[in-house]
Amino acid sequence: MNSDMSYDAVMNRKNEIMKNAVGIDYNDFESGSIAFEYEKMMKEVGYTLNEIREIQSYTSVGNTPLIELRNLTKIARMISAPGKGARIFIKDEAANPSGSFKDRRASVSAYRAKALGYEGIIAATSGNYGAAVASQAAINGLKCIVVQEVFDSKGKGQPEILEKGRKCEALGAEVVQLTVGPELFYTSLCLLEKTGYFNASLYTPFAISGIETLGYELAEQVKTRTGKEPTAVIITHAGGGNVTGTARGLLKAGCKNTKVIGASVNLEGLHMASDRDFNRKSFTTGHTGFGVPFATWPDRTDVPRNAARPLRYLDRYVTVSQGEVFYITEALAQLEGMERGPAGNTSLAAAFAIAQEMNEDEIIVVQETEYTGAGKLPSAQLTFAKLMGIEVRRGDPADDKPGERIVIPEHPSQIRVKDMDLDKMKRSYVKNCVTAYSKSKIRPEDITFLAEDTKSDVNYIKNTLDELAP
Amino acid sequence: MISAKKGDWVQIHRIELKPSERSSNLPQDTQSVPLEVWQKGFATHDAIMGDEIEIETVIGRKAKGELVKVNPEYEHNFGKPVAELLTIGAELRKILGGEENE
Repeated sequence: MNSDMSYDAVMNRKNEIMKNAVGIDYNDFESGSIAFEYEKMMKEVGYTLNEIREIQSYTSVGNTPLIELRNLTKIARMISAPGKGARIFIKDEAANPSGSFKDRRASVSAYRAKALGYEGIIAATSGNYGAAVASQAAINGLKCIVVQEVFDSKGKGQPEILEKGRKCEALGAEVVQLTVGPELFYTSLCLLEKTGYFNASLYTPFAISGIETLGYELAEQVKTRTGKEPTAVIITHAGGGNVTGTARGLLKAGCKNTKVIGASVNLEGLHMASDRDFNRKSFTTGHTGFGVPFATWPDRTDVPRNAARPLRYLDRYVTVSQGEVFYITEALAQLEGMERGPAGNTSLAAAFAIAQEMNEDEIIVVQETEYTGAGKLPSAQLTFAKLMGIEVRRGDPADDKPGERIVIPEHPSQIRVKDMDLDKMKRSYVKNCVTAYSKSKIRPEDITFLAEDTKSDVNYIKNTLDELAP
Repeated sequence: MISAKKGDWVQIHRIELKPSERSSNLPQDTQSVPLEVWQKGFATHDAIMGDEIEIETVIGRKAKGELVKVNPEYEHNFGKPVAELLTIGAELRKILGGEENE
């Protein structure tokens, strides 16, 4: 065991610790420059869709109901132009054992950890993923540690995260609670090194392939129910795994024309590593603070090559405000009888607005719900927001200002999406790649890779590179 | 004086990284405070509040820190009634009902 536990020393051992903790040698897929063999990595390290379905059925993950939201569809049609208002469906992922789609991701990692003979499994997350890993560890007889960013420097905690910590403990995990800061990752590296446990990273090929079943299942369900393919699937976007896995599943189900839309809560202006800003947001995931940086630089994560690559799949990326998500969460409970969310309803808020742009005979699918309860409710989150000095009022959500004001719509017609500039994000990603690999010359295979990784073409990449050249 | 007996379920606290030991790439407000950690487990010996104590976690790992709570409770809840949310259901049902209900 290495005794130098200083921040820099541990971070310098990152690759070595990770190699032992995920059992993947990423060098097998490297080219020495920007390009790496993404599909080869997914194929050789991941599992086939049928294998994953088998792994997941063993722990009762997946096969969640697809529910048509008839009342919300009716309201969308009442407030849109004649002939507009797509049918809105939702995939009730709260029906998974720990209450979210994250069970799909955790199930494959836990299976892998067990198969490779690890004694335990570690996840660094303040989201539903912690509960999912704890749940899958419990079923598989593995020990589990969840490392969470919970408190500000005054010891005040977000109710949503406190609830997620309680749930992990209820499922038998040891929870390590930290104050704000990216050193969550440092702490998790220290624990991986000390325990020799498996790293249930959100970004390995197994974690991403676990979500492919979600896209595949919803495509099959929509086809059975309506005789058509979904016109659009809308996915709450944070670290990129949800978008990537779902889109890959849709493609495996043959839905090549289905539009893949990402949606995040707009938290523009709040710094994710700021002690002060930490408790001035009402959403701890599914927001732009993760969505934008992870899309424009996916390889920033705890593994050398991230299997979650959202720009590879996104056709459109939109944002909604915190107030709009709280409103639609109330609407889902009061009109459809489903108390879910709120963070998972980010894509529902966006779907309600986007359905109004689409024709009545088209289909939009919201691909997740999440469990709710104490701490994880609009009432709990807004009570906390008010305590933190955030103004909460009814009005036009266009006046929402993250960290200062949450505006709950007065009418459903005030729910709108804002389109993010995907083109700008793609260029930013190319620029980040060039900066990271500045020492090597850009080769033709790098250009081909970047075209695939941004769902663009070789000319687009060449033009972008020309613009970047000094 | 509050104290913990061996075997009690307790919460501990310690400084993981002092401000000077933290990542150098942090916003100023975060840089100026330490990285703190809290853990729960069973006390392996008797201790008084504020003393250093060793615990055994639910998965059998040992950890040390300052004793801060005995029988730590979950204090998060459903929140207070939020006036801005209370009427949304009725408003939507009215829209859904259309003119015939007005």
